[in-house]
Amino acid sequence: MMDKPWNNRAWLFVVPVLVVVLFSSLIPMMTVVNYSVQDTMGQNNFFWNGVAWFQGLLDPTSDIGGRFASALVRNLIFSIVILCLELPLGIAVALCIPKQGWKVGASLVLIALPLLIPWTVVGTIWQIFARQDIGLLGAALNAIGIHYNDTQDPTSAWATIVIMDVWHWTGMIALLSYAGLKAIPDAFYQAARIDGASRWSVFRNIELPKLQKVLVIAVLLRFMESFMIYTEPSVVTGGGPGEATSFLSLDLVKIALGQVDLGNAAAMSIVYYLITLTICYVFFTIMTQLDQRKGV
Amino acid sequence: MRIQPRTITITAYLLLLFLPIYWLVNMSFKTNAEITGHLSFWPHHPTLMNYAHIFFDPVWRGGFIHSLTYVCLNTVISVSLALPAAYAFSRFRFIGDKHLFFWLLSNLMAPPAVFAMPFFNLYYSVGLFDTVWAVALAHCLFNVPLAVWILEGFISGIPREIDETAALDGYSFPRFFVKIFLPLIANGIGVAAFFCFMFSWVEQLLATTLTTIHAKPIVSVMTQVYSAAGMDWGLLSAAGVLTMIPGAIVIWFVRNHIAKGFALGRV
Repeated sequence: MMDKPWNNRAWLFVVPVLVVVLFSSLIPMMTVVNYSVQDTMGQNNFFWNGVAWFQGLLDPTSDIGGRFASALVRNLIFSIVILCLELPLGIAVALCIPKQGWKVGASLVLIALPLLIPWTVVGTIWQIFARQDIGLLGAALNAIGIHYNDTQDPTSAWATIVIMDVWHWTGMIALLSYAGLKAIPDAFYQAARIDGASRWSVFRNIELPKLQKVLVIAVLLRFMESFMIYTEPSVVTGGGPGEATSFLSLDLVKIALGQVDLGNAAAMSIVYYLITLTICYVFFTIMTQLDQRKGV
Repeated sequence: MRIQPRTITITAYLLLLFLPIYWLVNMSFKTNAEITGHLSFWPHHPTLMNYAHIFFDPVWRGGFIHSLTYVCLNTVISVSLALPAAYAFSRFRFIGDKHLFFWLLSNLMAPPAVFAMPFFNLYYSVGLFDTVWAVALAHCLFNVPLAVWILEGFISGIPREIDETAALDGYSFPRFFVKIFLPLIANGIGVAAFFCFMFSWVEQLLATTLTTIHAKPIVSVMTQVYSAAGMDWGLLSAAGVLTMIPGAIVIWFVRNHIAKGFALGRV
């Protein structure tokens, strides 16, 4: 890490990436900033509006502010719930992946499959699966006497979205953990066997510490993705019933593309982006520090 | 042979994983009359009608072709741009390197919903709107940083002595890069390409926002089944099943590197 040579000509290698990413990120971002400080009366007449959009957005008593605050809280709860479910489940699955033979490849391919399904199709699968008339899950739950209706009842809608996300993404955590587990040298396990360590203490003292680094990546990726979730809930519940599963991205798209309320949408975009960035910066700092500690 | 608890756990997990997928496959072989008629665990009158409809309808076929085109374009662009950059980040220190790296990664964290509206304006004004290029370039927003991140991990796993030895042996830099270096990180390139393919293939919000008719991705063709008269569940299911196939093929190719790949080359 430390002994990398200084060479400013390395910049030349980075320029192509810089140009493409700047084109795709900076120009659109400037458009957003532009909208966020202006207002319009239609006919493309824009005038300076200062920070009024932001004031409205960050004031929970106003209409848009209340809407934003509740979407934010909903999204945070959602992210935390799915992390609490997916992390332990993913680690458990990783520990159970066969050690050798053709079963290893087969398990890995099957576990990864949901990750490669287009998100709309993931939504469609669960939309169908959860229906009371033609879906197995909905029909089965109602048959055993549980009132379940994912388009009418907020609890059912939440449960469906959460289960869908667990179904969709646990595989990624399992694969990451599996990669971490495979990197543990056999000698560690042999030593543990000689010491007569129990299965639990092997997990607690050998496997979990070694998994730390991949788990930070897993949490970072999962948090990011769940904080921007849009497609799957939009197909399954459309953010409803009411506003029950209307997460940040769903709300933003409704405001931006549905109501074409540019000022509010732009201000919301910026605040949303900054929140994501701040949280991710914390994770990223932890991650690079772990990288360096390992490098020493 | 004794069956271990771990075998039971993994089998149970995989079974639960495949239940919803099985349900979709099951429905794709039924007629709509059978689907809405009564619940059954397998098609009693299996039909290929839904699949035939998709194969013979140019709109559906076009959807698949457009999607695969922009996904492949994006994968090629992302990986080839990311390679030199990842090499630079992995091998050298230069002014602003750490900030630049975080800035790149920050684009990975940008919610596509934030970019949907400005992207529409941007690509409309440069005349790329409703082309596969618009989607391919838009997906670079997150795929280029991702490819840089993955490749940087893989390249850092290769000792720098190799670069130095090659230089001593009289290899010019481009020749070294192509002849020696690329084969060494072939796995990394495969994994990076896999991830670019994956994220471009599954993304929908930008792909549908940036296209209307001529470059319509498969997912937006699918959403139009909703608005047609009544719900064509069988057709929707068949299309869903077909969209899983490219992913399954791609996973099969990288199955031996998939675990390390998901750890972004950092294990």
